[in-house]
Amino acid sequence: MLSDMNPENIIGDYKEAVLHLYGDGSRKVFYTDIETPYPDGKLIVSTTDKAGVITHVNQSFIEMSGYTEEELIGTLHSILRHPDMPAVAFKDLWDTVNRGEKWQGFVKNLRKDGGYYWVKATVIPNIRNGQVVGYTSVRRKPSRTKVNECIQLYPTLF
Amino acid sequence: MSHTFTVSPDFSPDHLSGWYIFNTWLQRQSGEAIHLEMYDDFHAQRDAIQSNQIDLIYANPFDAAMLVREKGFLPLVKAADMSDEAIIAVSVDNAVNDISHLSAGINVATTEDPDVHMIGMIMLEAGNLDASNIQTHFHNSYVLIAKSLIQGKADVGIFLAEAYDGLSNLTKKQLKILVRSQIGVIHHSLMIGPTLAHRQTEFQQLLLAMNNDEKGKGVLNSLGFDAWVKVEGEEMEFMIDLMDTLSI
Ligand SMILES: Cc1cc2nc3c(=O)[nH]c(=O)nc-3n(C[C@H](O)[C@H](O)[C@H](O)COP(=O)(O)O)c2cc1C
Repeated sequence: MLSDMNPENIIGDYKEAVLHLYGDGSRKVFYTDIETPYPDGKLIVSTTDKAGVITHVNQSFIEMSGYTEEELIGTLHSILRHPDMPAVAFKDLWDTVNRGEKWQGFVKNLRKDGGYYWVKATVIPNIRNGQVVGYTSVRRKPSRTKVNECIQLYPTLF
Repeated sequence: MSHTFTVSPDFSPDHLSGWYIFNTWLQRQSGEAIHLEMYDDFHAQRDAIQSNQIDLIYANPFDAAMLVREKGFLPLVKAADMSDEAIIAVSVDNAVNDISHLSAGINVATTEDPDVHMIGMIMLEAGNLDASNIQTHFHNSYVLIAKSLIQGKADVGIFLAEAYDGLSNLTKKQLKILVRSQIGVIHHSLMIGPTLAHRQTEFQQLLLAMNNDEKGKGVLNSLGFDAWVKVEGEEMEFMIDLMDTLSI
């Protein structure tokens, strides 16, 4: 189970929320208004097993999330779940990949230090010998226009 | 029976003779009759792959999915310490310093190199640009892209990073890099088709040992490589999945 966030790790003034995670009970999170800009030219990559447990993260994932590789491997992606993200977005993600299709969307992610970063994410099932063995997500830099649209839209989806 | 080897048409012209030297080396070492066939463009090469004319290929990552999943190719090796990266550049006189300041309607100079074009378009997407709101102009070489930026015919150029770095200093002084990709896991690979699949391990061993003797080292240098590194099946599958996420 994901442990609550630790206020000692938070940088800046923060708010508190309790997330009810589909996969993993509830989690207390602390979040700030500090945005980390998406690094130019990089991709943030991670892979999970069939159950959604993280098996691989690249260096950009580590840097942007603020967690160490040891903290990330073996946990769930909901460690990045931000309270501003509507649950329907992730329901759509899982419904889509469970049909064997690609999902694409804009996601606001929560950092270990309480800050956030926006990504444009694509998630695909990894198919080996005809079987789904896991999932890969590749995130790229989103355009500001699209992020601003999501900032307007997402609060209406709760 | 003679086998056919081909090289992704985006190879640098400086290395054309190197590929012929490499082919001769590979024939001697493997004892297989191998004929090197160079195609003018990706379309002609893909047609040859589709009609099962190719047995060995130094493949663009963009074609890896088709080669592995439709044509049963297996990975052998990749060049050490090299990955395919793209650069978005403008004329040094252009006031724009960030992708987000580019506006719709601009002229983008690019090549038919499929992976570089794709990575370039992903970087432009961060500026809210896509195929529907830019004018795309295809060129046959990166030197021509540089020229069209300097002459003001194009606003933005998409370069293979290696090719950009290899431009003359005089040319580079007239250009400005807006962004350079740092992906690290997209690369060309030498791959072997079903007719030679039974020799995968032997071919890998020959190639991996290539930098151990002077002769082999010389051949590698003529390709601009230091050594080959083994590509495992799962590494190839991972790259194919990654390319798949980037194709939409
Ligand atoms: C490959 C993959 C990558 C994911 N990446 C993220 C992510 O970056 N941020 C995030 O909040 N959720 C991500 N998710 C969705 C989470 O699994 C989870 O559904 C979400 O955080 C909401 O939590 P919940 O489903 O437990 O309610 C990803 C899912 C998959 C399969």
